[in-house]
Amino acid sequence: MAKMINVDIEKCTGCGVCELQCSFRHHGEFNPLKARIHKTIYIEQMMAVPVLCRQCEDPWCARICPAGAITKGIDTHSGAPVVTVSEEKCVGCKMCVLACPYGCISVGDGGVAEKCDLCNGVPQCVKFCLRGALSFSDAAEDMLDRKQKVADALLTAYQEA
Amino acid sequence: MMYGWTGNILRVDLTTGTTTVEPLDRDKAKNYIGGRGLGVKYLYDEIDPAVDALSPQNKLLFVTGPLTGTGAPGANRYVVVTKSPLTGCIANSTAAGDFACTMKYAGYDLIILEGKSEKPVYLWIDDDRIELRDAAEIWGLDSEETIKAVQKATSLRAKVACIGPAGENLVRFACVMNDAGRAAGRSGVGAVMGSKNLKAVAVHGTKGVKVADRAGFYQAMDAAFKTLEYEYVEEFHQTGTPGVLSLVHEFGVLPTRNFSVGVNDFADKISGETLADTLSVRKRMGVACPGCPVACGRVTKISTGKFAGQGFGPEYETIGMFGSNCGVDDFEAIAAANFVCNRMGMDTISTGNSIASAMEMFEKGLIPESDIGFPLEFGDADAIVKLAQMTADREGFGDVLADGSYRMGEKYGTTDYFMGVKKQEFPSYDPRGLQGMGLGYATGPRGACHIRGEAQDLDLYGVMNWRLTADRGLEVLDPLRSDDKPPLVKDVQDWFTMIDSCGMCNFMFFLMVDEDQMRQLIETATGVDMGGYEGFMRTGERVFNIETLFNRRAGITNEWDTLPKRMLETPMPAGPAKGQVVRLAEMLPEYYELRGWDDNGNISDAKREELGLA
Repeated sequence: MAKMINVDIEKCTGCGVCELQCSFRHHGEFNPLKARIHKTIYIEQMMAVPVLCRQCEDPWCARICPAGAITKGIDTHSGAPVVTVSEEKCVGCKMCVLACPYGCISVGDGGVAEKCDLCNGVPQCVKFCLRGALSFSDAAEDMLDRKQKVADALLTAYQEA
Repeated sequence: MMYGWTGNILRVDLTTGTTTVEPLDRDKAKNYIGGRGLGVKYLYDEIDPAVDALSPQNKLLFVTGPLTGTGAPGANRYVVVTKSPLTGCIANSTAAGDFACTMKYAGYDLIILEGKSEKPVYLWIDDDRIELRDAAEIWGLDSEETIKAVQKATSLRAKVACIGPAGENLVRFACVMNDAGRAAGRSGVGAVMGSKNLKAVAVHGTKGVKVADRAGFYQAMDAAFKTLEYEYVEEFHQTGTPGVLSLVHEFGVLPTRNFSVGVNDFADKISGETLADTLSVRKRMGVACPGCPVACGRVTKISTGKFAGQGFGPEYETIGMFGSNCGVDDFEAIAAANFVCNRMGMDTISTGNSIASAMEMFEKGLIPESDIGFPLEFGDADAIVKLAQMTADREGFGDVLADGSYRMGEKYGTTDYFMGVKKQEFPSYDPRGLQGMGLGYATGPRGACHIRGEAQDLDLYGVMNWRLTADRGLEVLDPLRSDDKPPLVKDVQDWFTMIDSCGMCNFMFFLMVDEDQMRQLIETATGVDMGGYEGFMRTGERVFNIETLFNRRAGITNEWDTLPKRMLETPMPAGPAKGQVVRLAEMLPEYYELRGWDDNGNISDAKREELGLA
C-alpha cells in the first residue's frame, strides 16, 4: 500500500503545530483558521484528535464537482495517492464542501476549493510534529506496527495472568 | 504594514467606557520588542510609578510579542504588565494559551486597560468589533465557570482571560487566568484587574500573523525545532516541570518547612515521576500549549476521598510550596490546593509560601491560635486546602494571608519569617545552595522570581548550551561558588528579558533553543535588524534597566535588593548544601558595577545614555 498521512491519536498533545505549519505553507501566514488540518482538544481527558483529508479512494468531493476540478491522482514526489483541485477549473461552487464527510475541503478567500495537497511530497504538518502523532508512511506497515503493539500488550497480560 | 507585530493597540477607558484603536509606536516596538519589554515601556511612559497599584490611575496592559501566534516553537505567550499591589514594583506576568495567540489573530499587540468601571464589566473583542458588556451575572464565579459563561454569551470559539474571586477580593497575589488552567500568575496582576471591575476579556480573531522574510523565518523555525529533538525533551514531556523536583532535592535546595532546610525524607513521595505515574490523567504524558512541540502540561484527577476532583497542574513550584515547604507529603492535598488556586485565580507560589510562613510563626508562638481558628502545624494537609480557599475569600485568617507573608509578618511583629524579596514570596529553590540564584532573587525587578533570569538553571544544570556560557569557555559551574556568578547572572537576566519580550515560552530556551536562533526568529519575523548578538543583548539590558527605573521612581530603592536574614546568616543545617549561606555582600558590588549602577543601585548617566533611556 502507498504512503499517506497517518494519525496516532495516542501521541497527539493538541499543540496545533500542524495547523500553523499548514497555513504558513499554503497561505504565507500563521492562522489556524486557514489550515487544512484541524485538531480538537479534549483537555479533561488529556487527549486531542487531528482531522485531515483522507485522500479517499472514491472521493465524494471529486464525484460531486460539476466543473471536473477535483481529481484523484498520484503525487509525483512521494508516489502517494492524492486528491487535487485544479484552480483553473474550480468555480467556487462549494458542492465539495457539502459533500466531504470530514469537513476537510473548504473555499477560502481565494474563491477556490482548498484541501490537503501533501505539500509536494513533504507534508509540513508531519515534518514539524515532533511527538510523532502524524507520520507520512505506508498505511499497511503502520497497521502492522499497531498490531504488534497490541500483541505485545496481550503477551504481557498473558504472562502476568 | 507591519510584520510580526500587528501594528495595533486597543485602548479601553473603563471609566468612560470608550474604546479606541491606535497605531503601535514603531520606535518603541523596535527598541522594546513586545511582551514584557514593550509593556513595561508603555506603562513607564503612561503612568506615574508612585501611584497606588489598586487605584484607577494604575493601568493594566495585555501584551503579545512579535512571535506570539507564529509557528516558532512555543510562541504562545502574552504578558500582563502593571504596577504590583504586592511589591509596589513593576509587575509583568506571562501566560501561555490560546488567548495569547487569538489576541494576535484579532489584530492587537497591546490591550491597554485604564481607569475603573463603575460596575463589573467584561470586554468582548471579535476582530474589529469591540464591546464592553455588563458582568453582573458572572461576578463571583470561579475562573473555570467564568470562561464557560463568557464563551456561552459570546462565542464558543472565544478565548477568555479572567479573574476569579481572588481577583475580585483584591488578594494581593491574585492571577489573571486563561484557557485551561493557564495563569499570569505572579505579583497580583489579577487584583489590579479586580480593582478596575473588569471580570474578563474574551477574544475571537480570524486574522493571521505574517512575517517579513518567509524563507528566512522558515529556516530559523526549522533550526529551532531541530534543537528540540533530543532525549531530555522527551523526559520533560513525560514528567513536566514536576520532573525537576528530584534534581532540586539532590542539590539539597528543596524548600522544606518554610525554607528551614533543603532536604527531607518525603521528596520521592511528591516527585514528578510519582505524579506522572499516579494522579496524572494520562501516565507519562503531557498536554501542549499552542505551537509547543514539548507539551509539559498536566491534568490531574483525584477519583475518591475528601480531595476528589479534577484540574490542571500541579507544576513544580506549586508542589514545592504547598508540599515540601508546608511539610505536606500528601500529593492529593497538594493537587487539591492547586485546584482551589486555579479556580479562585490565585498564585500558588505566594499562597503556599505564605501558608508555610504562617505555620512557622504559629509554631513559634508568634501568631495566636485564636487568630487562625485552629492549630496550624507543618504537615497539615487539610490546612493547605482550607487556607487557600479562605485566602481567596478573605475569610477569617485568610484575610491576613491575602496580603502576603511580608505584611503578615509586619502585623505580628517580625518579618524574619517572610521568605522572599521585595515583599514577593520565593518560588521553590533555597538559594543557600545556589549562589547565582541568590543574586538573581535579590536583584530581580519584580521581586523573588525564578523566571526573570533563570539563574537556577545555571546552578542546577552546571552549564547550559547557551552562547553566554559557551563564549566564556565554561564547561561546568559550581552552584556553591559565588565569585563567578555576577557576570553570568547579569547576562542571563538580560537574555531572559528578551525571551519574555518576543512571545516565546522560556522553556524553549531552557531546552536549548539558543540566543542566535531567537534573534534570527525575531529579525526574520519583523524585518528589524537587531544589530547582531550585542544589539540583541543590549535590548534585553535596556528592558531590565527600565524596569529598575520604574521601581526607583516608585520609591523602591536598592535597600530592597536583599534576602531574608535566614538566607544570609543561618547556615543550611543539613544536606549537600550544609553550612552554606548566600554570600550576597560579595556578589552585589560587582553586579552593580557590571550593570553600570552606582553603589546605591542607581543607573549611571552613562549607562542611561548608552541604552537610550531618558
